[in-house]
Amino acid sequence: MAEHCARLWLAEAAADVTLIGRDTARLEIIAADLRVRSPESSVTVVEGQFRDPAEIQGVVDAIRPGDPVDIALIAHGFLPDQEESQNDLTLCRDALEINAVSPALYAEAFAARMMKSGYGTIIIIGSVAGDRGRKSNYIYGSAKGLLNIYAQGLQHRLAFTSIRVTLVKPGPTATPMTARMKNAPKNMASVESVARDIVRGADHGAAVIYTPAKWRLIMLIVRLVPNFLFHKTNL
Amino acid sequence: MRAVSSWGRLNAFPHSPVELTDTKKVASQMAGSAPGIPFGMGRSYGDVCLHPGGTIWMSSGMDHYLSFDAEAGVVVCEAGVLLRDIQRLSVSRGWMLPVTPGTQIVTVGGAIANDVHGKNHHRFGSFGNHVRRLRLQRSDGTVIDCGPEGNKEWLAATVGGLGLTGIILEAELQLRPVAGPWLETETLAFGTLNEFFQISDASEADWEQGVAWIDCTRGNVGRGLFSRANPLPQVIEKSQPEKRSRLSIPMTPPFSMVNGLSLRPFNNLYYTMGKRKHAMRRVEHYEPFLYPLDNIQQWNRMYGPKGFYQYQSVVPRDGAQAVTQSMLEEIASSGNGSFLAVLKTFGSRPSIGMLSFPRPGVTLALDFRNGGQATERLFQRLDAIVSEAGGAIYAAKDARMPRWLFEAGYPRLGEFANYRDPGIRSGFSRRLMGN
Repeated sequence: MAEHCARLWLAEAAADVTLIGRDTARLEIIAADLRVRSPESSVTVVEGQFRDPAEIQGVVDAIRPGDPVDIALIAHGFLPDQEESQNDLTLCRDALEINAVSPALYAEAFAARMMKSGYGTIIIIGSVAGDRGRKSNYIYGSAKGLLNIYAQGLQHRLAFTSIRVTLVKPGPTATPMTARMKNAPKNMASVESVARDIVRGADHGAAVIYTPAKWRLIMLIVRLVPNFLFHKTNL
Repeated sequence: MRAVSSWGRLNAFPHSPVELTDTKKVASQMAGSAPGIPFGMGRSYGDVCLHPGGTIWMSSGMDHYLSFDAEAGVVVCEAGVLLRDIQRLSVSRGWMLPVTPGTQIVTVGGAIANDVHGKNHHRFGSFGNHVRRLRLQRSDGTVIDCGPEGNKEWLAATVGGLGLTGIILEAELQLRPVAGPWLETETLAFGTLNEFFQISDASEADWEQGVAWIDCTRGNVGRGLFSRANPLPQVIEKSQPEKRSRLSIPMTPPFSMVNGLSLRPFNNLYYTMGKRKHAMRRVEHYEPFLYPLDNIQQWNRMYGPKGFYQYQSVVPRDGAQAVTQSMLEEIASSGNGSFLAVLKTFGSRPSIGMLSFPRPGVTLALDFRNGGQATERLFQRLDAIVSEAGGAIYAAKDARMPRWLFEAGYPRLGEFANYRDPGIRSGFSRRLMGN
């Protein structure tokens, strides 16, 4: 998702891009691709740290020191197998940490940095799964749910500044993360269309983006269904 | 398991899709899920990209560029990159793909596997003529780099090889220089096949692109419109095409909209409108001229739930006029036939693939609504005409040609068999090559 957002931004205008992730070999392939698409842009690959707060702070500080950060897209996460994470507390802890705590720490670090320059956009990738706890994926869902409240609070804090926070809630999307799902839903959105929604929405300063848009209505209904009915479902 | 169809939508058999996104992981993915067939954008019509009940390797996620040399016009990219995206990237830098088929929404891998051709074959040959090298992943784990330095025979097997030699990971393509995205175009109306051949021969020297639309519904066959174009050498101010229309056929109509009642009036209207523009030169953007149907998303749904066939043949230049005449008469008298009937001439530039379709001669391509047995009987009559003329049927469009016709049209099949990957199979290979 982040890769396709980067493509769209660089198609609009050249920029200085820093890609932060675990698999630097993979990031180098993405970086080479972005350099072809936008030869005037500079693309740097950084091996990211995702757990230790001091390391996270270090990564954020090391990005082009002295220059303002215009856009921070926080898109990391992984989809654990729900059943496995019920049986393995370590996997459960990792899922919660990587999907909730880690993005929040990064957002805090970027918010502090953007306060210095006075402007910027923080985009956090949540999920429709965060709108209601469901037995089929509540460990992943609750982590994404944390980001809902977190983004709300951060938006409140930054309300009268020029720093915008956008929370993106994609429905199931065809990405490498979902490619490994055992029972992947049939009509997943394309990553290109989700990226278009993210770039457009963030540009307009939207607080919450559902992509595709139909999920806004679907999740409204899902949230409103009372427990006695909901518990009978296998969602 | 998911239902997957090709562009003809004749069937929707379940397949097990495996998404390829990382070229380094393809080897293990292949080993874990073979046998299968690589699948790009599914724009071929029959079963070259299908593997009913089996694995398909979805390649459109392998969509990274590795490099672009703006001096030499050479692009290196993964096999899932679309031709459309290469062109949109390169045209602003003064380069375009020398050969593209009637749609740009195909992957590099698919373009190579079918050795696609365009409207400028006499000038630029087919897609494979511009592949400098490619990297092929075999199901046994080996990677073969084919190019001018070595393994040339692997290149010859893979170009036009219908995906059966391995999964293409990357390819290096030579682009051709252009001043910009604009074409100077002209349309001529013709009344007989004889006139078509005269115009076509006369156009070869001065016009790069040439294609004819033929009205195949009239008893007195042979009227149509010949469109020809040259890249405009001057640079024009506006660099954006006119607003691209986002038309789409949003659902499948319950019957084919192309049928006995609609075809004649459609064709009449199209010919009459075209004739009004006879010999008027215009400047057009390359996208709507070269890829007119790309503007209508899912146009293939227009043929209804039963889907449709494409029949594309090539026959040698000698005697092509008589052969084309008899084919068109056969089609007109059957009452079938399509709005989109296309006639092109191939030049003499040899294709490099062992199973390449483009060869010197005249190629006729038509859509046919799926009319079941009646359609098949017409095809059998056309098969007889094509084989008697020493021609061949294009595999990328085919869903039903008989094995004897395939073997007759592709004399290097025996040689090709040595390069097949035992872990790769398609509906097409099962139907016509034994496995």
